[in-house]
Amino acid sequence: MKKTIANWGQYPCLEADELHFREEEEIAEIIGKSASLIARGRGRCYGDASLGETVVSTTRFNKFISFDRDRGILDCQAGVSLEEVLKLVVPAGWFLPVTPGTKFITVGGAVASDVHGKNHHKEGSFCKWVLDFSLMNSKGEQVLCSREHNAELFETSCGGMGLTGIITRVRFQLKAIETAYIKQTQLKAANLKEVFQLFEQYRDVTYTVAWIDCLQSGDSLGRSILMLGEHAQAEELPRKLQQAPLQLSDKLKLSVPFNFPSFTLNSYSIKAFNFAYYHKLRKQQQSSIASYDSFFYPLDFVHHWNRMYGPKGFVQYQFVLPLHNSYEGLTTILQRISKKGMGSFLAVLKLFGPQEQGLISFPMEGYTLALDFPVCDGLFPFLDELDELVHELGGRIYLSKDARMKSSMFFRGYPGAVDFIRSLESFDPDHKFVSLQRKRLAIPA
Amino acid sequence: MNYILILGATSDMAYATAREFAQRGWGLLLAARNEKQLAVLKNDLQTRYNVPVHTLVFEAADFGSHADFYSRLPHQPEVTALFFGYLGEQEKAQADWEEAKRIIDANYTGAVSILNLVANDYEQKKKGCIIGVSSVAGERGRKSNYLYGSAKAGLTAYLSGLRNRLTAAGVHVVTVKPGFVATRMTEHLKLPKPLTASPEQVGKAIFKAYIKKTNVLWVLPVWQLIMQNIRMIPEAVFKKMNL
Ligand SMILES: Cc1cc2nc3c(=O)[nH]c(=O)nc-3n(C[C@H](O)[C@H](O)[C@H](O)COP(=O)(O)OP(=O)(O)OC[C@H]3O[C@@H](n4cnc5c(N)ncnc54)[C@H](O)[C@@H]3O)c2cc1C
Ligand SMILES: NC(=O)c1ccc[n+]([C@@H]2O[C@H](COP(=O)([O-])OP(=O)(O)OC[C@H]3O[C@@H](n4cnc5c(N)ncnc54)[C@H](OP(=O)(O)O)[C@@H]3O)[C@@H](O)[C@H]2O)c1
Repeated sequence: MKKTIANWGQYPCLEADELHFREEEEIAEIIGKSASLIARGRGRCYGDASLGETVVSTTRFNKFISFDRDRGILDCQAGVSLEEVLKLVVPAGWFLPVTPGTKFITVGGAVASDVHGKNHHKEGSFCKWVLDFSLMNSKGEQVLCSREHNAELFETSCGGMGLTGIITRVRFQLKAIETAYIKQTQLKAANLKEVFQLFEQYRDVTYTVAWIDCLQSGDSLGRSILMLGEHAQAEELPRKLQQAPLQLSDKLKLSVPFNFPSFTLNSYSIKAFNFAYYHKLRKQQQSSIASYDSFFYPLDFVHHWNRMYGPKGFVQYQFVLPLHNSYEGLTTILQRISKKGMGSFLAVLKLFGPQEQGLISFPMEGYTLALDFPVCDGLFPFLDELDELVHELGGRIYLSKDARMKSSMFFRGYPGAVDFIRSLESFDPDHKFVSLQRKRLAIPA
Repeated sequence: MNYILILGATSDMAYATAREFAQRGWGLLLAARNEKQLAVLKNDLQTRYNVPVHTLVFEAADFGSHADFYSRLPHQPEVTALFFGYLGEQEKAQADWEEAKRIIDANYTGAVSILNLVANDYEQKKKGCIIGVSSVAGERGRKSNYLYGSAKAGLTAYLSGLRNRLTAAGVHVVTVKPGFVATRMTEHLKLPKPLTASPEQVGKAIFKAYIKKTNVLWVLPVWQLIMQNIRMIPEAVFKKMNL
């Protein structure tokens, strides 16, 4: 039975068969009888990476296998969501080693996109923390992959966008915490130069991210707020919270001055958007204690915010530029975007450190910027122009957010693509695992 | 510690319900025929909630085994929740008695066989709660699924009678009418979103119904309205409808 499916950007939308499984045998069966298929977690990638003729949902394959509370090692089926992981591990004094800006993704999706967080410059991407995983290959065999066993398949699957098979279980290392809270500091930056200086100055802080006001130009181009965060120690919490530092209290309303959701969302309807919050931050620097939820997942408080862009959907444009080109590059690109007036009013800027694994993992040392564009006439040609700039600067586009880039952009941006394809040919010669994205990017299928 | 016996524990709704109880410190007795999947569920629920979980093999259609099964439970359950059921294929069942029998046994006879034992035990102890998952399909027979529907109609009437009998003993019976639920049973069907509950919604509603001693639980209230209207259609009209 065909069903209409779209991922987070609501673009593209297609009619596809959606199959679920609860037991390993069922996956093998599905692989056996489908001409081609692609794994899909919670569909939080924005574009077409987890769409295809036959979509195999992992969401009912969501059971925990074991949790070593002493060593912080979690073993679970790939359909378990990060939300469920946090519910289990935080009260025991552990946290995700790396987390994206939403907790509504699956562990399998975290591996397949090799997701990054606000700590990439210090702690790398998700797969760095993966000890091993099992993958169901095109023959319906379960293969254990780690840095020791089937190392090539491990490497190809980390950030491999589901093209090597269906990851069924993942064992990964968690990070020890004393409390469920983050000590956050917000700093104002008058322009891009300032925010770059601040990123440099605070390079040792675990979590850093900046929100850029895209409507500024001239001397204020890149005006932004930088957020810094560290896991709070028990003694840094207010008295009341110290009694149960690992429990999030619903009752206690903490000061979360940066009320991100309503602030951004309303802004879309306002033409003359002024960066209200920037001015609200009276002091140059402001510190507070925030729950991990409000620090990492402000957008998760607004369900279905993605639908506000209307029926045509939107794309998120996320690119990374090498460190040495980042400043000039971002200046040029921000100017282009602000002149075009098509994008969202806010963009998110993060710093990546060196990237250790994955043949087509997104991160590289440098700065990454992400912003939303509602789908409209003229958008794709404009993004193609931006792609050219990104390419000239030596950068690339994040596959997990992509719904439209041209094949050439992929091959030029990912030097590992050739090895990736060679590897795919040996692991999946029959091209079983095919997404719309794979076809669009002309990764032989 | 309180225990709940879950019959048909590998169903999506049963798993969601197990989580609701375990989250509140209940021990679990999980009974189903798929041993391998039971072991997976046991690991998961123990990891999540750190409560005792026992798994037991149970086949609804093996009536002869039920007395032994019930008498050998490792703990006395305060609550018994019955989830097993089988939709089957209507057309096949019209021609093939084996399929018809499977439907009747999984939805009705098997339930009667095991719940008779539970009811007698609870009546004697003068406490306990029985939760039975029936279906709105039992409200009126339709050509597209009257075998399943009639078996569920039987179950609904059985649970109603049981409630009537056991009230005097202080034993409560909940009849659950979930409406459409997105589970393994309905994966191949195109269900209208506003009329379809998630298994998690069902689990939450069942726990609440247990606490509030609800008699008949309509998980999505709109279904009560729909079925009232469907029941009101005169038979002379109904019989010509394409349902
Ligand atoms: C609000 C928001 C904020 C975000 N912030 C960030 C961020 O900060 N950093 C970041 O890196 N990403 C971010 N993302 C993107 C998101 O983390 C990734 O797209 C993630 O992969 C989505 O996981 P999913 O479980 O929803 O999988 P899907 O979106 O369904 O699939 C994503 C890819 O993983 C593959 N896949 C999924 N499960 C499996 C499996 N079991 N086996 C094999 N392949 C599989 C799919 O085939 C597909 O290629 C954000 C997304 C949103 C909506
Ligand atoms: N989904 C709906 O829309 C819907 C609506 C109304 C009512 N219901 C009822 O809700 C209950 C739960 O169903 P579900 O939707 O969660 O579907 P499900 O996942 O298919 O669950 C059905 C369960 O019944 C078990 N079962 C079937 N025959 C059995 C037998 N002979 N002996 C022991 N166990 C048997 C199955 O076990 P195996 O795993 O071993 O097959 C399975 O665990 C069922 O009674 C169903 O009729 C469902």
